[in-house]
Amino acid sequence: MPSSSFRPSPARVLARSLPEARWRPGLAAQPFHSEIFAPATEASGAGLALALARDALTSSAESGAVEDTRQILWVQDRQAIKRGGRPCLAGLPREWRHRVIHVAAATPEDALFALEEGVRCRDLACVIGEIAGNPKALSFTASRRLSLAAERHGVRLWLVRLDAEPDLSSARMRWRARAAPSPPPRWNAAAPGNATWHGELFRARAHAPGEWTLSDDHTHLAIARDTDGDFAAPDSVRLARATVGRSLAAVARA
Amino acid sequence: MLLADARALCPELAAVPGDPAGDLAAIEKLAVWAQRWGPWSALDPPDGVLVDVTGAAHLFGGEETLLADVVRAFAARGLTVRAALAPTAGAAWALAHYGRGAAIIPPLQGRGTTEGGGGAGDRDPKAGASGQRRTPLHHAAHGPPPPTGEDDMLRLLADLPVAALRLDDDVLTVLRRLGIKRLGELAGVTGAGEDDLAREAAARDALRRRFRNRSSPAANPLLRLDQLLGKVPEPLLPVVARPMPMVQRRLAEPLRHRAPLDHVVEDLAGDMGRALEARGEGARRLELALWRVDGEVLMRRIELAAATREAAHITRLFAKRLDDIDAGFGIETVQLRASWSEPLALTQADLDAAAEEHGTALAACIDRLTVRLGPRAVTRPVARASHLPERAQAWQPPLDPVPPQQGALAFHTRPLKLLDRPEPIAVLYASPDGFPQRFRWRGTVREVVRVEGPERIAPEWWRERSTTRLRDYYRIEDQAGARYWIYRRGIAGDGRGGVPDWFLQGLFA
Repeated sequence: MPSSSFRPSPARVLARSLPEARWRPGLAAQPFHSEIFAPATEASGAGLALALARDALTSSAESGAVEDTRQILWVQDRQAIKRGGRPCLAGLPREWRHRVIHVAAATPEDALFALEEGVRCRDLACVIGEIAGNPKALSFTASRRLSLAAERHGVRLWLVRLDAEPDLSSARMRWRARAAPSPPPRWNAAAPGNATWHGELFRARAHAPGEWTLSDDHTHLAIARDTDGDFAAPDSVRLARATVGRSLAAVARA
Repeated sequence: MLLADARALCPELAAVPGDPAGDLAAIEKLAVWAQRWGPWSALDPPDGVLVDVTGAAHLFGGEETLLADVVRAFAARGLTVRAALAPTAGAAWALAHYGRGAAIIPPLQGRGTTEGGGGAGDRDPKAGASGQRRTPLHHAAHGPPPPTGEDDMLRLLADLPVAALRLDDDVLTVLRRLGIKRLGELAGVTGAGEDDLAREAAARDALRRRFRNRSSPAANPLLRLDQLLGKVPEPLLPVVARPMPMVQRRLAEPLRHRAPLDHVVEDLAGDMGRALEARGEGARRLELALWRVDGEVLMRRIELAAATREAAHITRLFAKRLDDIDAGFGIETVQLRASWSEPLALTQADLDAAAEEHGTALAACIDRLTVRLGPRAVTRPVARASHLPERAQAWQPPLDPVPPQQGALAFHTRPLKLLDRPEPIAVLYASPDGFPQRFRWRGTVREVVRVEGPERIAPEWWRERSTTRLRDYYRIEDQAGARYWIYRRGIAGDGRGGVPDWFLQGLFA
């Protein structure tokens, strides 16, 4: 488990503050077409896609405080439904529950058609797709079509590839995701905690590749810190972070 | 008599299931068609049509020829009809149902005439069609009243049974018990035709008191009699035909290729847009009919998520459905009908090619997806009142209004994804009712590191069999960090089966 031995060094903390060099949640400039490779036996791909989408929507909509009521299109092909199941309404983020339109496509070709139509629709907030395997229809040309349409019409697309090999694609950011052990919850340390993933950004235009342990606590996506001390005092990390005016060395030691 | 009894008596009996809605629709069509004899027609369910032929009889060469024309026209369509013509609708109805065939009461002095007729029906030979001559409903106010036609009409109709008054069955029973069988007897009781107004009023009063709490005409013989004699107005609800928007092109040269057909469809869509705009409506369902040279008709139908009259959108949707058209020796007529339309107000049109630049609207996007993928493929999940996870959400068309729902409980943690059907897993546990320790799913053994539960969901006893077992749900996390939602069906010793089975139903993010 890489994250248990992972301890942020001062150099890493410094590097994170540099603009655009490394990816972090909450960036204003987000790509319009991303791919996430994930195993089909976990919902980590869809979970990370939702978390990234919410992160992108909130960070790009900070200027206007109006509540976003646009719909979200969730496209799955038949293999993806069979292997990974359908979205569950009660498990979606609360503000998205009434906004999801689900498309069950029979073949990858139909799923790609639905994705492209969704990306061209101005009334959608974003499009999330799930396609299983490496179908022939999803060639470099098809992904290029999706990228161009998404960039032209300004609708973001997250395409989850279940059990797929990372072949040629024109996606602007490509992630590899798998589930990671979650931090223990505050009140019951024996229970599974918030959604946590190990995400590897292996291809991106604007950022350097890297690996993170990402967690989503139903409000925002965050990079999970080292959580060694959590068993003794559950919230020590957050308390320490909330303190203002500490020196850089103290943050690094924490 | 039961059908079985009737069949035992007469084995050749042909039984046809009743179709009241279909009959009513047929009568409606018939009423519209019957406007060929007069400007107005009204339904008389279950088996009649009333036509107002005031001032129209001379167009057919007189009233006798008009009635003969009615009988001939219905007979040509295989319908048996009983027609009658009278100054009021009630009198025409009475004559058509209980009078002699093709009876005519001549117009009254100083009055127009209303032609009434009985119903028309293809199943009931007693049914007939009615025309009616319209009667002005007021006497001439000046001068000595001419000998009124009421007495005359009463005398002509006196022999008809009281059922000719269009009364309910229980009222007819009351009248029969009172010994009143004919219209003339009823008129005698009511004092109609008496010279002395005071005596007439006294006679009416007895009958009016008997039926004082019956306000509906069908339950009040006095009211019906007055309607029959024209003393009380009886407004009719006319049938107005509303043709569906339809445009068509007859082609000079039969089409055999796709490109000109697309062009014709585009033209038709433009025409249809204008036709709908003139009515202030938008189409929800469109039917495209292609007539081939050999007489074959090919139909293509699309349904739209929201009312629209946008020609480009319609053209685009039909283009997807025309791929498998077999033109044969050519298509000579193309017709487009909007068989379902809804009101759609005018909106500001796109000033430039905005759809291409700014993307499509949501309704248009849903339409395109539905046309290609089928209506069941594009859905929206909505919550349903149930605790069972697979029943707690339903799928409905995406643009339908979302039904109001109860707020979910915040401490019920639900997975992000649910499998279509729970997959059985083999579980190793310390005690039958205890936490799972290890399980095998899809050929891989996973160690359970963290677990929370059970969350017990009882079966819905009002819906399911009594032997359905309860479910104990556990949220678990394996050593790699993957989080699952598994359940045990039943508990050991609940008397509803043997060792409980385990299933994996959901995947947490």
